[in-house]
Amino acid sequence: MDDGRISRHGSGAKLWLAGGWLLLALLAALFAPLVAPQDPLAQDLMFERLPPFWMSGSEPGFWLGTDSLGRDLLSRLIFGARIAFVVAFAAALAACLVGSTLGLISGYFGGWADRIISRVVDVWMAFPPVLFAILLVAVLGTGLSSVIIAIAVIDWTRFCRVIRAETMGQARMDYVENARIAGYGRIGIMLREVLPNVVPSIVALLSLEMGIAVIVEAILSFVNLSISTDDPTWGGIIAEGRLSIHQAWWVLVFPLITLILTVLSFSQFGEGLKARFDPVLR
Amino acid sequence: MLLQRFLIRLLTMAITLFGVAVVVFVVIRVAPGDPIAMMLPPGATDADIARLRALYGLDKTIVEQFFIWLAGVVRGDFGTSISLRQDVLGLVFNRLPATLELAIVALLMALAIGGTTAILGARERGTAVEAGIDIASGAALSIPDFLWGLVLILLFGVLMPVFDISGRVSPQLDLPFVTQFYLFESLVRLRFDLTKDLLGHMLMPAVALALPLAAIISQLLKQSLKEVLDLDYVVLARVKGFSETQVILREALKNAALPTLTLVGVQFTFLIGGTVIVERLFSYEGLGNMAIDAVINRDLPLIQGIVLVFALLFVLINLAVDMTYAVLNPRLRHG
Repeated sequence: MDDGRISRHGSGAKLWLAGGWLLLALLAALFAPLVAPQDPLAQDLMFERLPPFWMSGSEPGFWLGTDSLGRDLLSRLIFGARIAFVVAFAAALAACLVGSTLGLISGYFGGWADRIISRVVDVWMAFPPVLFAILLVAVLGTGLSSVIIAIAVIDWTRFCRVIRAETMGQARMDYVENARIAGYGRIGIMLREVLPNVVPSIVALLSLEMGIAVIVEAILSFVNLSISTDDPTWGGIIAEGRLSIHQAWWVLVFPLITLILTVLSFSQFGEGLKARFDPVLR
Repeated sequence: MLLQRFLIRLLTMAITLFGVAVVVFVVIRVAPGDPIAMMLPPGATDADIARLRALYGLDKTIVEQFFIWLAGVVRGDFGTSISLRQDVLGLVFNRLPATLELAIVALLMALAIGGTTAILGARERGTAVEAGIDIASGAALSIPDFLWGLVLILLFGVLMPVFDISGRVSPQLDLPFVTQFYLFESLVRLRFDLTKDLLGHMLMPAVALALPLAAIISQLLKQSLKEVLDLDYVVLARVKGFSETQVILREALKNAALPTLTLVGVQFTFLIGGTVIVERLFSYEGLGNMAIDAVINRDLPLIQGIVLVFALLFVLINLAVDMTYAVLNPRLRHG
């Protein structure tokens, strides 16, 4: 943050690039049946392991090649984006609501509320998150809602810790004292004065968390514990790609590039937004 | 002062572990699906099922089960694995060394990469070198270990197959080891051929785990170094004629390292958490890989045991970091 000049100079471009990719992926997910060149579930053993379009042996209409069952990779990635975005939005929002609320209460009221919430956060931090996620999905049963619940149950602490610390900082500021002298109630001050000041952090964390949710879903799909239907998921495609890595590298490379771009975009987008809205950084 | 701090931390540690035990126990017991039903062949009678349920204590109330289990845990009895039919603690201790060795190698790598780039970036501050380091560490930080693992598999397992991307040690080798700390023992026994093979297997998963942490270390240490480099005593060293590298290594580093050290402790627990999926990715026979199998097989006692051991490891690391910080930080040392 010391070299704010440099980072702010680049932050505009980063924000646009990241936002552009996310918008593209989101539109592809929304209009998947219209934009996908093939049926993502259609198997064709005549077309198994076709390479991407620029290599010899590729077939027109299968731009990124096919997997070992002859399913079109591009179409599967486009349909996989649907699951990825649903999980990203739902899980991140749920984690954000729970975590930010508890963080705000913990940081603003302090005392017993803070002590209890902080202890619970300590307990949560003592779990390996990936193992916790796998365990929860195994317990809840596979399915879209289980994945979303598992991610929210695990990652609320991320919001809680940051928002608690920020709220504690804000609560010591003069404007809070002024509001109290002006006769506002404690909950009123918390919601009307403190909350708007921690919103930039919440927004940045929310975007970051969406990227994390996409990864966790991919990990769960990878260990075959995600939504367990035939619907393609990015993690599921990666798991297939890992198996046929020596015969058809593209089945791993393209979903991997998609995931990396998406995760990078979510984190850069969040940071960019924060830099834009944060009055201190601005 | 230090002792008091230590005792308070020990108490909160016990509370945290108790909380973990409660959460794991509750989460697992609300699970639908009967693990006993999965153990028995289809022709089993109700009496068989009842006998097995009693054997694993599943016929009692959930609160009774919890305290029976907890009493056992305190005595070191974690129960019997349902899928592997072996003592849970034995299984866990058999796999833990592999995970610890991987995590420590990854930590050392992260410190080496992060430390070097931080020092380089601080020395070359304001130049293209620093900008390059910033971009690299930004990318390393944003991409999680799972994806780094896949990238490494593609690069060094397929494109240039120079490293092993599967297992802990080449299966055809004769292993003279008596403990599970293969790497450590190979060093002690001066069997460097085995050390090389073990490190070869460990390199890719360790790099995947190390990169995000290396990025954090690099960013934070560089920041602290740049702050310290403007202080009077550092300027004085420079006036005395030390080169910039000497100034950083001899004067600035030890004062800039403390904030990084605290952070490395917390981040090291994240790294250990990452071993779960990275071990899976590289078929490395550690605790995390066994944990995923345990979840898939609904092996309740084994899952409980593994999660508790991970939690114990995490709180111990935090305790160690906290105490190191208290000892090293002069402000805390003198109350």
